[in-house]
Order: sequence, then C-alpha cells, then structure tokens
Amino acid sequence: MSKESNEVSLEGNKLPTSVQQVGIIARNEMLNYFRSRRFLVLLIIALVISGLLTFVVWHTGISNVATDSLGFYATWWGFSAIILVVFCAIFFGGDAISGEFQNKTGYFLVGNPIRRSSIYVGKWIAAFIASLIVFGVFTTVTIANGIAYFGLNIPTQFGESFAFTILYLVAALGFTFFFSSVFKSSSMSIMVTVILLLFGFDLIDTLATNLVHIEPWFSITYGAGIIGNVLSVPFPQHITTIHFGNGPGLTSYNATIPEGIAIMVIYFAVTAILGLILFERKEFN
Amino acid sequence: MTNPSIEAINLTKRYGSFTALANLNLKIEGAKCVGFLGPNGAGKTTTLKLFTDMIRATEGSACINGISVHENKRRALAHVGDLIESPEIYPSFTPNEALSMVADLRGVPKSEKGKRIEEAISEVKMEEWKDKKVGKFSKGMKQRINIAAALLSEPDIIILDEPTTGLDPRGMAEVRDIVKSLKQKNRLIFMSSHLLPEVSDVCDEVAMIDHGKLLVYDKLENVTTKFSGDGGAVVEVGFSRSMDDPLSIKNISSISSVVSVERIDSKNLRIRFSGGTPGQEHLLSDLATMKIGLLSFRASSSALEDTYLNLIKDTL
Repeated sequence: MSKESNEVSLEGNKLPTSVQQVGIIARNEMLNYFRSRRFLVLLIIALVISGLLTFVVWHTGISNVATDSLGFYATWWGFSAIILVVFCAIFFGGDAISGEFQNKTGYFLVGNPIRRSSIYVGKWIAAFIASLIVFGVFTTVTIANGIAYFGLNIPTQFGESFAFTILYLVAALGFTFFFSSVFKSSSMSIMVTVILLLFGFDLIDTLATNLVHIEPWFSITYGAGIIGNVLSVPFPQHITTIHFGNGPGLTSYNATIPEGIAIMVIYFAVTAILGLILFERKEFN
Repeated sequence: MTNPSIEAINLTKRYGSFTALANLNLKIEGAKCVGFLGPNGAGKTTTLKLFTDMIRATEGSACINGISVHENKRRALAHVGDLIESPEIYPSFTPNEALSMVADLRGVPKSEKGKRIEEAISEVKMEEWKDKKVGKFSKGMKQRINIAAALLSEPDIIILDEPTTGLDPRGMAEVRDIVKSLKQKNRLIFMSSHLLPEVSDVCDEVAMIDHGKLLVYDKLENVTTKFSGDGGAVVEVGFSRSMDDPLSIKNISSISSVVSVERIDSKNLRIRFSGGTPGQEHLLSDLATMKIGLLSFRASSSALEDTYLNLIKDTL
C-alpha cells in the first residue's frame, strides 16, 4: 500500500478528493430527494401556486391585473417567489443536518474517510439544486403566462428580480442549514426555521420600523424586499415618512439594491460558516 | 504494507463532570481479532466513536496506522471499515445504491465496484433484497447491509460495535463466520461485544474496560488463566467418539497440566489446565497423541465469563 502526501490511496482504491466527495454526497442526496415525498410535495406546491395564479389572472382578466408587462411580473412574481423560497429552504434545509443525528443516518456517512465539511457542502448543493428545479417549474409557468399576455417583451427588471430571488434562496438555505446544525431534533430545527422565516423576521421588521424607529438592516426578509421592489417603477424610496396631521409621522424603509444584496450575502456567509463549524464540532452521541 | 495498527494515547473523554473514558492507553497491532469487553456504560462505544470521528477526545489522541483520526481523518480512516451503533441508511435507498455511495466515497475503482458490491451483499446473504428499499427492512437486515458497507472497500482494519445486535441466531453465526474469514485475510478487527461466547469463539485477544478505564489487554488464554479466579484456564474440547468411558477421562486427567476435567456431553469436555500457553500447548499435544478422536479445541466461554465477572466485580 502506498501513502502519498496529498492523495490517499490503498490497494486498488484511490480515495476521491474532498471536492469529488462533495459531488458524491450531492448526487446521492439528490437521489434521496427525488425518492422522498418532500420533493414531490414541494413540486406540487409550486404547481398549485402557478395554477392558482394562472386561473386568477385568466378569471379576473389581464386588464384588471396589469396594464403592462412589468406590472404583470410584479403582481405574479414579487410575493409568490418569496414564499416559494421560504418553502424550499424549510423543506430542503430545515432538517438536512439535524436529520442525520435524529435518524442516525449520519452514522452511515461520518465513519467514512470524508471530511464533515464535504458532507455539509454536498447536502447544501443538493438542496440548492432541488430548489432550483422547483423554481424552474414556477419560473417557466410565470414566463409562459407573461408571453401569453404581453408577448416576448420580458422586462429586464424581471431578470434582476429572478437573480435576487436566487440570492435569497442561497441565503435562506444557508440560514436553515445553520439552524439544522444547531439542533439534533429535526422537528425542532424545522419549527424554528418555519417560525423565523414565515413570521419572525416580518415581525422583527415591523417592530424595528414602527416601535424602535430604526432601519431593520439586520433582517434577511428586509434585504429580500428588493425582489419585489425592483419590479416597481420607480424603485421605492429608501426612507419614506408619511405625516398624519401635526404628528411625528410614520416612517417606512426599503432596502436599496446594494443594501439588499449585501444583507443576503452576509446572511449566507455568516450562517454557512457558523453552521459548518457547528457540524464539525457536533458529536454523534 | 506495515502491520495495521490502532492506538489510543492517553485517550480521555469527559461530558461535564462525567468521565466516560479515562486516559486509555492501548495499542493493537497486526492481523488479529480483539474483543472489547465491558458492562454497559463502561466506555466501549465511546472508544470506538473516538476512533471513527463520531466524537472528539477531551484529551489524548486516537491513531490509526500512526495517523491521528482528529488531525487527518481522511488518511486515518482510509483503511478502516466501521460499524458503530447500528446506523440507519436513507430509507429510499436500496442496498445496491447505499453500497454504491460508500464505494464511491471510498474510491473503489469503477471497474471493480459492481463486483465488490455483489460480493459484499452475497457475504451478508442479502442478494434477494439488493434492489428493495431499505426503509422496509428489519433491524437485522439493515445491520447486514451495514456490515456489507464496512467490508466493501476491503479495509485492513475493521472496527465493529456489537455487530450482531439485532440479528437472529443464524445471522449472529454468519457474522461470526465473516469475522473469522476476515482473520484469514490478515485484517485487524477490533470488536466490542456483550456476548462472551462470541468473543471466545472469534477473538484472539481481549481488552476489558470498566468505568472508562482499561482493566486488562492480553491474549484470550492469558487473560482467562490470570483472572479466572480459581487458577488455570479452561478449554472446551470436542471429540469424534464418545467420552462416556471413565478411562478416557482418567487418561486425560493424568496429563500433567490438567487441573480438572468436566463432561459437557458425551463428545465434549471442559478441561481446566494450568501453565498458561506452554501448558495449553502441552495439553493439546498430549490429547492429539492419545488418538482419542480429538476434533476441536477452544477457549471456554465460561472461563472468559469467570474472568469478566471477577474483573468487573473488582471495580464495582
């Protein structure tokens, strides 16, 4: 048996590099997703949202929904895409790591000559690709409707909004993977991410803005606001204060595009690094 | 290659104020099977988990082939197959798919992958189930697949944590046969078990642990000789002919190293002897010379049980 400095080899076998092992984990995790109900359920949710929107627009009449292409995409995409991101993050990331502890599947993987970081990254990539497939379906239906009503005139703002949605997906998956690393119980990690992503951050945004009167720059959902805002012309003011009579007025905040991007990138970077450190240190006991 | 080895150096694991493992120093080297014994909570699984990166040591290090598992896990575990605490496999996977993933992770060449998977599945007698989803399997069936996964890359070192857990008696016997066959292939097997007959049957050496401390590590016969309590080691000897004749027993009793002879049944005797390994060699040689149909000769599990109870009792 030979032992090389950078490569690990043994009789007949040559241990793949860590990057190759990431690919192996991602591929098998994808297979697991495709076989599991959660991928199917999420695909159905994407189809149901798409179907409902298609029906509502058809039933209401396009002239009552939007007068131009940008208005159509703003109505269709702005809110639904954000909800779909949250569902993807919860479904694919909520118990991605905690499940390895609770279900004891981690014992099957961790005892192999593979870095834990390779397992973490491989699972993250699989969750991202699975989410992209779900988004692919939703985006296809969106664009198909847009073309049906307004022709091939797809506004550039929709492309930007799509890119921000993918960035939000990246950040939200990083965030859910982090909480999945914090807990060893799948239900606990899923519950915390559901509460935070569906209600918690919105509540924090409201409290920060209306009660403490500060800009909620620390909130991921505040940053994700650029997904919908970029479809508005003109782009909403960063700070808007509405005065009622002689009172102090009501201030609302909208993240600027650089600010929104920065918030989501920082969320991803911080939660991914922390989640990875937690998983590296977590014990199977 | 050099002899496969695993070594615990001052290996310690604490959970708060509770010490699960205290300064374990143990070096196992060469192709052999070592049984790792101890009562529940003694620190057996903790030790095996430290050797497979499931948990981190508070102090000391766990080394495999001289490489620290903590510092360079990929190199340290490259030659190790392990089975710790009955892992679960993704329920949607078939044994073929689960083993394919392990083969890929361990770098089994593509040209050999199919054959190795077939062989591993065949070794654990799961051919019929290789394309069925694992989610529908019983605990014993899953354990067989886990054993197959541990053997798949033909590792030099195999770490097994109570490998017969969940298996029916036939499955247990098959696992024992697998372990015995691995010994023939020059593997180092480190195996924890509660089943003393199993250890007596397959292991060459035993390490006993209690309250996180190593009590003894030696050859099986030396351990039973030193610690079985009333002097002498015990072997179970099988014969092809009946031993009902009192003269046969009298002749055996007259062998110089023999302390006592006890009938198990008409063709099996339990013989207590003194003199350690030379005494055992002398006994076996004399029995063979007597031409009384000697068939088998193995350390008695009851001797190991005596030893176990004596050692564990002393630490209570």
